[in-house]
Amino acid sequence: MNAEQAIRLIQERFGVPATGESPNRLEPLHLLVSVPKERWVEFARFAREELGCRYFSHLTAVDWKAEGFELVCRVENLEAGIGLTVKARIGQDPAPSLTGIYRGADWMERECYDLFGIRFEGHPDLRRILLPQDWEGHPLRKDYAVDTPHPPYR
Amino acid sequence: MSSEGAMPGARPGLAEAHKVIELGYGGNERFVMNMGPQHPSAHGVFRMILTLEGEIIVGVDPIIGYLHRCHEKLGEALTYVQYPTIASKTDYVAAMTSELTYVLAAERIGQVEVPRRAQYLRVLVAELQRVASHLLWLGTWCLDMGGALGGGATVFLYCFREREMVLDLFEALTGARLLYGFHQVGGTRYDLPEGWTGACRETVDHIDRRIDEYEALLEENAIFKVRTQGVGVISRELAMDVGVAGPLLRGSGIAFDLRRHDPYSSYEEFDFRVPVEAAGDCYARYRVRMQEFRESIRIVHQVLERLPAGPISSRPGVKSVGQVKIPKGETYSRVEGPRGEVGCYLVSDGGTKPYRMKWRGASFSNLAVIGHILPGHKVADAVAILGSVDPVFGEVDR
Amino acid sequence: MNDIVRAAVAAFVLLNAVILVVTYLTWVERKFAARLQSRIGPYRVGRPHGWLQPIADALKLMIKEDVVPSVADRPIYNLAPIVFLLPAFLIFATIPFAPGLGLADLNIGLLYFLAVSSLEIVGLFMGGWGSNNKYALLSAMRGVNQIISYEVPFILAALVPVLLAGSLRLSAIVEAQAGLWFIAYPVIGQLAFVAFTVATLASENRIPFDIVEAESELVAGFRVEYSGMKFALIQLAEYTHLFGVSCLGAILFLGGWLGPVLPGPVWFLLKAVLMFLLVIWVRWSFVRIRVDQILGISWKVLLPFTLILLMATGLWVALRGGGGVA
Repeated sequence: MNAEQAIRLIQERFGVPATGESPNRLEPLHLLVSVPKERWVEFARFAREELGCRYFSHLTAVDWKAEGFELVCRVENLEAGIGLTVKARIGQDPAPSLTGIYRGADWMERECYDLFGIRFEGHPDLRRILLPQDWEGHPLRKDYAVDTPHPPYR
Repeated sequence: MSSEGAMPGARPGLAEAHKVIELGYGGNERFVMNMGPQHPSAHGVFRMILTLEGEIIVGVDPIIGYLHRCHEKLGEALTYVQYPTIASKTDYVAAMTSELTYVLAAERIGQVEVPRRAQYLRVLVAELQRVASHLLWLGTWCLDMGGALGGGATVFLYCFREREMVLDLFEALTGARLLYGFHQVGGTRYDLPEGWTGACRETVDHIDRRIDEYEALLEENAIFKVRTQGVGVISRELAMDVGVAGPLLRGSGIAFDLRRHDPYSSYEEFDFRVPVEAAGDCYARYRVRMQEFRESIRIVHQVLERLPAGPISSRPGVKSVGQVKIPKGETYSRVEGPRGEVGCYLVSDGGTKPYRMKWRGASFSNLAVIGHILPGHKVADAVAILGSVDPVFGEVDR
Repeated sequence: MNDIVRAAVAAFVLLNAVILVVTYLTWVERKFAARLQSRIGPYRVGRPHGWLQPIADALKLMIKEDVVPSVADRPIYNLAPIVFLLPAFLIFATIPFAPGLGLADLNIGLLYFLAVSSLEIVGLFMGGWGSNNKYALLSAMRGVNQIISYEVPFILAALVPVLLAGSLRLSAIVEAQAGLWFIAYPVIGQLAFVAFTVATLASENRIPFDIVEAESELVAGFRVEYSGMKFALIQLAEYTHLFGVSCLGAILFLGGWLGPVLPGPVWFLLKAVLMFLLVIWVRWSFVRIRVDQILGISWKVLLPFTLILLMATGLWVALRGGGGVA
């Protein structure tokens, strides 16, 4: 498996192009793929089983205000040196959970839920992880009122 | 825990951990023990709710977040000039590498050139930082196993004695001992002062000799070996699946080091080995780190030999916090910190502040593994395993 | 009547002497450990070398607030430090510091010593249970486990000199060493001394066997809820007990008060402190063993070893004609 094969395979199976991550970084270590939300789990399984990306690096989200949330997940094939960043626009909807595929997704999705309020369906233990359980709001949302004084947490 | 703790379909071990099971006779008697957040071996503020059967751990619920400062929101609120100094507060034991991760991301999006001297200086401080951080790890880990009133404290004090010397070097270089603010977008902020290279050589050679002493003290000690060998085994499979990094990954037999496999800051120009151990237990992680000491010291020597002359930054010194603008774009930069892959996913909208910054803390991913490896071990192993994972809670909670 | 008064006065003097020595042993330990760790140790309180430090510590502990957990089982909780302390003092009753200098030179001195010394486990368990704290309970459970496991090899190792001397009377054991200290007795002496030291470490809950205290897991073990004077009593008991066992080691293996030039009691104290420092040295150089490994060492290694050693000694003494070698 090398990067060209991976790009071709992704194009065949999912019909989406895989590109370099940023303009000046086109090395095979950093492929970037956007998939529709419905195929999020399917793609993760495909990446793990067929592209050999067994290493789970991280999972997070970006709040694009009116356009809703975008999930960002990075997995890697350490032997072949392929790093794959997968993105999916989910709007304001709940997201499917990857915990069944990568065990590392457990804490990452909890963090994402905690800070963005994205509910991951199928996550076995979706609690807040960094903030107290009775915290109000999700701080990394762009509409989170940073300047409003919050009651001091006991 | 509030009511939200009991999610439908929670993991079986966890659901049980939340209710105290009555002590009864004749069966397996379980009880729940809370370790932390104030606990001698909590390495900061970390709480584990252990379900025990006698001395054996059958369930563990790790609770983090006591040190949460929402660095990712801070990253969105502070400019590219301001944030590097704050970045050092994520992993405060390895502040140099945290700063480096952030400025690398900004430089990559902005395509900012970094002078070769600055690149070498970055390697130099990163490796010295690795030595200092590993010294702290060795000391605290032995403290966990040997007790603050025993042999552990002896190793701890020895390690601190040597760590002070590295901190003295950093103090001469940056004026600070813990959080440096050494890096900036485009290079470094300080150049080496007069006579620093000589002092640095002496220090690392001295530490090199001391490491022989530590190895003699620990590896020829049967008690140390029985406490670490075969304890807390992370399989290759689990290591990849959870995404542990650094010495944990290499201690599980996976030869992956970003300095070798995704070089940054001209690491490809240096000659060093990537130590790997196959066993995956605490002792393997210990061996990996002990060898990394030596490799770091080798790199420091190489940098000092070949340090090129020239400017230390491609940008003039900043006069206002909004002076650095980064074009639209996104990237993921990563650095091999002492605890593994420290990553920064940066999205820029063309302004003076990032639009979104995700911090992939090595400690966060590393700590996630303990829920998988603790069950089946004794209580005493829990602290040994936690220490061998080497979490820094500033980075876990960010 | 006169006898009773005399005994009471002697006991009072001895008790205070022991407390004083033990208090200063903590200072010796801190200085010794500091040198091992390339530190200076106590220095400020009383120059030179902080010699007033133990007094300052004692005063501080005495005037500290005594916090009792609201859920503690109060009678047991309050009684535990005293129950823990009593046997530690009682063992000194039978120790001969020099010929004729001792409270009671019982003809079953060693038996008395071993029996009373193991009573401390009662206080330990009371403290662990009465605190109503899970760390304390776990620690008390470990303590019972460990002390029961190690009393047996401890006694077996201590019986080797008894066989060699042919008496349970401690002064007789010392006198039997007039020619040769038992630590220098070929093969048997050294093996027994090693076994005795290991068993001492374990039954005194010293690192590497200090799973009872285990402050990195169980914070401070059974004493986690104690503060102020009660904590001081527990601490005093631990050190007194350790010193008592060091005295026993000096008697059994190092020839008690025997020695040239210096007077007997000085020799005795020197040897006891040497034993004490040996334990401290081990303490500050090793990491802690796990509970299952500790029990494994006791039952699988130390117990068979001491048993065989005792039988071999018995055989040797019988071959020599019995009645000890003296």
